Amino acid sequence: MCTRTVSALARGLEAAGIATVALVSNRPQAEAGRPPRALYCEFPLGRPLGRPGDAAWQRRVLDAAFALLPRRDGPVLADFGEAIHDEVDTPLACPLPPRRDPTEHPAIDEARGLRPAWERARARHGGTQVGRVVDAEGLPEAMRALVAVAEGAPWHEVEVAGGDFPTLLMDLRTYYEEAALGLSEHVPAARQAESWLYRETRAGDLVRAFYERVRQAEPAFPGLYYVIPASQVDEPLF
Amino acid sequence: MMRADEQMRQAVGSVPPGYALADVRTAPAPPLVEATVAIVTSAALAHPGEPWPEGSHDFRLFDRDEDRLVMAHNSTNFDRTGFAADRNVVYPIDRLAEMARSGAIGGVAPRHASLLGSTFELATFELDTAPRLARILRGDGVDIALLTPV
Repeated sequence: MCTRTVSALARGLEAAGIATVALVSNRPQAEAGRPPRALYCEFPLGRPLGRPGDAAWQRRVLDAAFALLPRRDGPVLADFGEAIHDEVDTPLACPLPPRRDPTEHPAIDEARGLRPAWERARARHGGTQVGRVVDAEGLPEAMRALVAVAEGAPWHEVEVAGGDFPTLLMDLRTYYEEAALGLSEHVPAARQAESWLYRETRAGDLVRAFYERVRQAEPAFPGLYYVIPASQVDEPLF
Repeated sequence: MMRADEQMRQAVGSVPPGYALADVRTAPAPPLVEATVAIVTSAALAHPGEPWPEGSHDFRLFDRDEDRLVMAHNSTNFDRTGFAADRNVVYPIDRLAEMARSGAIGGVAPRHASLLGSTFELATFELDTAPRLARILRGDGVDIALLTPV
């Protein structure tokens, strides 16, 4: 949906005297939204400049975008011409930690075991995106709320960190995807770490079990759309 | 099998803007080598612990030297590992700094903006948010805005 938003913003900024060029990731939305100058980049959603860690590639994208600035015959919608695709069907291949505490829930035990990998990623990339409602230290305990619902407790009777399951689930996803960065020698292709989490890990099993419990729940679960990516479930979310 | 992003593009590609669009207006851009450039991203960048409320039409400004920004966007349907590994794949602030040092652009704006791109209603972005943001950017000497989605 972000292409809709940047298209509207670009129109408003230009009308107010700021020249713009928008990178857009959805061509039909750009055609409908008519930003004054736009470069369509068929890159993975979430990576509008295409390749993380590749400064030369990013610079080529910027050069192509800025080359549109002299155009006054908007709407201009040009194509970058080279595409990059997600690899959702190729989960990242990386080892999972062995069970450390057989008395613990396997997903919670696994999350604790991934902490060194997550720490490596944090050091390598200079920070973390974890921390919406819990930090890495608090995540395993916070996951007990997900376990409770997955095992049958009514979602509305379970106390959850931050009072909001989808936000906790985003912290869980972020922690695992950052751990995947710590387990990999390279930055994975788009969606590879996502598929590793939801298809290969015990935490992924937990999220799927949680999703199955809440999708038909009464009262209706708010924010079902935010529980799991649409690419990781069989039935359409839209 | 259809790729995840292709599935998303098809699912939302036909969603209309939802308001009547006026004719496109283009502002003149100075030569790039003389231009001050700002980034405007819909990635919902934030300081840690400052979430974006769903449906927001607001914008937030970040000094160009800030290096602890997080992406607080609420959607599950895009890749997040790229930004975690290299912010420039969404917020190319280091690329702009390199371009300024090499003389390819005139300068990097002192402040850059972010918004929440999943807000459905668009007219407010064009008719209210953008003019307010433009006033601030002009005050910062900005000539060109580079917009990036996620």
